[in-house]
Amino acid sequence: MDENTIICRCSDVTLKEIRALIAQGYLSFDEIKRITRVGMGPCQGKTCGQLVLREIANATGQSMAELQFHQLRPPVVGVKLHLIAEEAERHEE
Amino acid sequence: MRELELLIIGSGPAGLCAAISAASSGAKVLILERSFQPGGQLIKQTHMFFGSERQYASHRGVDIADILLRRAAEFGDRIELMLNATAVGFYEDNVVTVLKDEKEYFKIKAKSIICATGAFEKSLAFPNNDLPGIYGAGAVQTLMNVYGVRPGNRVLMVGAGNIGVIVSYQLMQAGIQVAAVLDAAPRIGAYLVHASKLARMGVPILCSHTIKEAIGTDCLEAAVVCRVDQRFRPIPGTERRFDVDVMCVSVGLSPLNELLAMRGAAMRYVPQLSGTVPLRTVDCETSIPGIYVAGDASGIEEASSAMAEGYLAGLCAAAGLGHVPEDYGARRQEYLGQLEDLRSGPVGDRIRAGMKLSAL
Repeated sequence: MDENTIICRCSDVTLKEIRALIAQGYLSFDEIKRITRVGMGPCQGKTCGQLVLREIANATGQSMAELQFHQLRPPVVGVKLHLIAEEAERHEE
Repeated sequence: MRELELLIIGSGPAGLCAAISAASSGAKVLILERSFQPGGQLIKQTHMFFGSERQYASHRGVDIADILLRRAAEFGDRIELMLNATAVGFYEDNVVTVLKDEKEYFKIKAKSIICATGAFEKSLAFPNNDLPGIYGAGAVQTLMNVYGVRPGNRVLMVGAGNIGVIVSYQLMQAGIQVAAVLDAAPRIGAYLVHASKLARMGVPILCSHTIKEAIGTDCLEAAVVCRVDQRFRPIPGTERRFDVDVMCVSVGLSPLNELLAMRGAAMRYVPQLSGTVPLRTVDCETSIPGIYVAGDASGIEEASSAMAEGYLAGLCAAAGLGHVPEDYGARRQEYLGQLEDLRSGPVGDRIRAGMKLSAL
């Protein structure tokens, strides 16, 4: 049933995929993110973050506190590129 | 680029109290609020709050938002409130980028910043958890109490903490059936006065139960629950099916503080505070001088603590900017005392342990 359990709603990543990667030795959020895009969608990891870390913790016996989430970067929500470009132009003038 | 004294991100109970407190010391404040109306989660709280009079106990949350907004308005242009304005980035030179009305993007630079960004709902992994009809309980509360929309006809509530139980009651007030409330824990997490109201209305509260799977083709049609043992493992043969078109997941909140993390504030995962939180002084100042945190962003508690932290952070941030009122010491002691009271007793054990782990 793991293939019907969604961990990342933004990019439709399932529990089955996460567990398969952990079984292959991908034991950090960042590695799993680079392969599956978890944490890279509109929610920036608010849905999947703790679920993925919990799976890693269960597999490795580490506590949640020992695990690293990904580096958070701006923007926290989607911003249209033309708005960013226009703001940059304003500062050049 | 606009430059200002004090920027407060979030206009929930913590942010509004921080603004009132800082403005009453003489600081000039801008509040950013990402929603179209201020008040944070207070605006959907139609139930009366418990606690102390100093945090407006026996008022409804939505009325507390009005009280705080009226108090903030008394300071005239010393408090400016910008709505539909999301802080999207927070940079080393204290520049905050803002997306307003989804069509303006600009920078603000502030000497001091209070991050009162609140919390987000935790999610749960179970088969078919992406079927339409499955919501966070807080999201359903927003849908009903802010937008006046019925989420469906018959609800299964997953989680018997305060939010799960209160939202269940409010669903019934709106004429929606609640099939059952379940919780993996062996005991009800909510205040029993809330849980008792549900029990009296005949809603079963199933402790030591978990959601096994959701069933449906295009949207939620049913949910299967089962008992769990003491180590939260499902017990085979205990499955029960509920025909429901809505499931609310209410498995707790987590602090929302990604702005502080990207700014480089020292952070730590503290389970007692329900997630990753910034380390801070007793005055709510993070590891970065002049950058403060207040409310659920610093650890999940109640609106009462968020208000007291907001007042404290606002007072101390204003003082850091040179606005030190004559009664600074007395006010600081008053807010610290309120927080100590709110975190006292056995129910505060967990929070006090969390405070120690997140102390600078």
